[in-house]
Amino acid sequence: MVSFTLNNRQVAVDADPKTPLLWAIRDHVGLTGTKYGCGAGLCGACTVHIDGVAHRACMTQMSNVAGKKVVTIEGLSPDSSHPLQKAWVAEEVPQCGYCQSGQIMKAAELLAKNPKPSRADIITHMDGNICRCGTYHRIIAAIERASKEA
Amino acid sequence: MNAIDKNISRRSVLAGLGGLTFCIAVGNDGVRLMSQAQANALANAQVTPWVRIAPDGKITILSAGAEMGQGSMTSLPLILAEELDADWSKVAIEWVPADPKVYGYKDPAGGTEQLMWIVGSRAVQLYFTQLRLAGAQVRKVLIANAAQRWGVDAATLKTEPSVVINPANGQRLSYGEIAAFGTVPVTLPAIDPNELKARKDFRLIGTSVPRRDTPSKVNGTAQYAIDVKLPGMVYASTLHSPVHNAQPRIWDPGKQDQSAAAPESWNDAEIKAIKGVIDVVKLPSGLAVVADHFETAKAGRDALKVKWTKAKADGFNSDRALADYVRIHDDPNAQATKVDEKGDVKAAFASAAKTYHAEFRSDYGYHAQMEPLNAVVRINDAGDKAEVWEGSQAPDESRKAVAKVLGLKDEQVDFHQCYMGGGFGRRSLGDYAAECALIAKAVRRPVKLIWTREEDIAQGMFRPQSFQCLEAATDASGKVTGWKHCVVGDGEFLLLTGIRIPYYGVPNQYIERRGVSHGIKLKHWRAVGHVFNTFAIESMVDQMAADQGIDPIEFRLDRMGATPKARKVFETMAQMSDYKAKRPDGRALGISITERSGSLGAGTVEISLDRQTGKIRVHKVWVAIDGGVIVQPAAAKANVESAIIYGLSSILHERVTIKDGVVEQSNFHDYNLMRMSDLPEQMNVQFVDVDTRPTGLGEIGNPFIAGAISNAFFKLTGKRLRHLPFTPDRVLETLKA
Repeated sequence: MVSFTLNNRQVAVDADPKTPLLWAIRDHVGLTGTKYGCGAGLCGACTVHIDGVAHRACMTQMSNVAGKKVVTIEGLSPDSSHPLQKAWVAEEVPQCGYCQSGQIMKAAELLAKNPKPSRADIITHMDGNICRCGTYHRIIAAIERASKEA
Repeated sequence: MNAIDKNISRRSVLAGLGGLTFCIAVGNDGVRLMSQAQANALANAQVTPWVRIAPDGKITILSAGAEMGQGSMTSLPLILAEELDADWSKVAIEWVPADPKVYGYKDPAGGTEQLMWIVGSRAVQLYFTQLRLAGAQVRKVLIANAAQRWGVDAATLKTEPSVVINPANGQRLSYGEIAAFGTVPVTLPAIDPNELKARKDFRLIGTSVPRRDTPSKVNGTAQYAIDVKLPGMVYASTLHSPVHNAQPRIWDPGKQDQSAAAPESWNDAEIKAIKGVIDVVKLPSGLAVVADHFETAKAGRDALKVKWTKAKADGFNSDRALADYVRIHDDPNAQATKVDEKGDVKAAFASAAKTYHAEFRSDYGYHAQMEPLNAVVRINDAGDKAEVWEGSQAPDESRKAVAKVLGLKDEQVDFHQCYMGGGFGRRSLGDYAAECALIAKAVRRPVKLIWTREEDIAQGMFRPQSFQCLEAATDASGKVTGWKHCVVGDGEFLLLTGIRIPYYGVPNQYIERRGVSHGIKLKHWRAVGHVFNTFAIESMVDQMAADQGIDPIEFRLDRMGATPKARKVFETMAQMSDYKAKRPDGRALGISITERSGSLGAGTVEISLDRQTGKIRVHKVWVAIDGGVIVQPAAAKANVESAIIYGLSSILHERVTIKDGVVEQSNFHDYNLMRMSDLPEQMNVQFVDVDTRPTGLGEIGNPFIAGAISNAFFKLTGKRLRHLPFTPDRVLETLKA
């Protein structure tokens, strides 16, 4: 049993503490916005925040988040009102959409510590997140928009 | 909120609501509406509403556009809504059921069956006319009802979005109001194609409406098959044979000689002893470990030790095979299949002023869709009904595949379409859904099967590798009079897409395929053969232009006899890229034609080269495309840009190699996908303004990339890249050569 805060809610997951946080969130708790892409920390589709820092949930053992605050895409805002989510809609970023939870969570980490990132800052920060549909240019545009409008 | 309302019995909706419902009954003439009465009158008819108009004005339109990111879930209903003259804000979208007899399109290859496959990016192209006619029929019924109520001639009435208007006196009836009292005639009115809207009257087609799936894709609520959870569901993780199509050996107790197979050909007992593991199920080419949770199933899967049977691909080596292709090409006795022939190619070469010869190679490519393959299957206790949840490019094929392995009729399988985390041609067979069905049958519980990323890569299926030899003949004036193209490889028809050159007017041509068979699983892949064929064709053309000292666009227009459609896209591309302008030092432009699914385009890229590392950087891309009428410009542009990135990624980074029958790459650390830092600074997409039927746009951005890069590389270095992908080591080799 491991207890942690998930999107401002206290949860206790009854599973092997070594269970990857990804599957704890998706299958044990039932929040499926965080995606499985590679299972090896290579694509970023499973990006979540742990105490405000973006981590790959597929590479994080559940025991490592005991007592910590985990935020997933579902907890970023209650009603898709985070500036990044609004910008994502305005720029029509998603295509297949599968990587976008991870992209938004990674971008949210950036804006939290650097509200006015340059294009180069954005690329450096986002380079670990793969989008196979190639929406990278709209991701940049959306981050720039959110940065302006936030 | 999900854009698609699920799990609603359509019959109950039909029974419970007032309003007008336009149905489809079993037929073989494509998407055709019928009145409910007409549908009910047919014996054994399956009545399914295609369009419903509720008294509150809500219009529900079913979409056959499998959604893998290209936006056709929105675009297809929009086409119907256009002719219906519907208020788009009142339109709700639902998936169609997986019933090709009702919702399929006519096989464009002329077959008798109706199909639902969305491959080759042809959703809009295939459904366009049928959906327009259906929308016009519904509008005509609404007008007829209003005319009857007002006692006027229907021909005098007009519509505005979701309203019928009598211009004579300004009277108005909304579609919802009509739905409350209106009736649908037993036989729906016929529509003459002349009654369809003129392009200038379009309100929706040609504008960019927001995609309906976007809101759910920014907050985690979009439902992919991998997100489905059913009561009592268990999880499965597969281990397939590392060599394609081998099987786990099984102990045959009746067999005298047991030396070939151990009593247990996998460590069955050990795996079953893992806490949480429910069963190990044998599949046609692998094993599935079933457990209470996915991580347990995967741990069991990772711990499997299996002895495999022999397979055709045992010992296969992709590099060696590619070398063999050259020998096959040179062997006059090798089996060759004619693909196309025009004029007298022998005579053209015999009388040529000059001949050219060039060879090209390409490696295997992997789809790398972001959502690993997965499916959910539930079978009822009686075993006579199954349900499938999958994101599929071909719901009909998936349903068929599941029915077949369960020994059921197609009608006994319900298919629930989900969003796809990418398709790119991989998701049209239902192979993993069929596996999931076998597992669900064995464990008698609902099952979610997820392939690991490692499995997803190891099992392909791949874009085939190829060797190509091109020869051309020119006459004294420099015009190309003869053309020979031979492609060698596995994959039959997959090798042939894009090998013909109908956009050029070369009078004498001979195109052939020399086939081999390796036992490696191959598949459609975003424009598949176009990737290596267009590369070879356009590199060859560029080589001739350089040899003749002529501008490569001029060469294509004059000496290759480009068609007017091709001329137009080249001219548009030249204009938008300011083609003649001088580029910064160390940069060069390369051009290529691009063609796919009826669309034609011309593209150019501006590149630079790091001569120390061999890394090619693409800075700017321009492409001009004739894709017919553009239904959704923003989505169309996004599709083209997406294919440009897909092309850049595959041409500069991606390579599958096979050694001793086993795929050497295993995840994104050694199968490299393009990341944001390699994004070009600019991608410019322009559609030529034409009034012809829409053609496919999801793949046209891909085929020109390789040729354009290699032609730009030649301009920079005087050397030609001849082997896809252009990895840094190959670039360095080429520079040294």
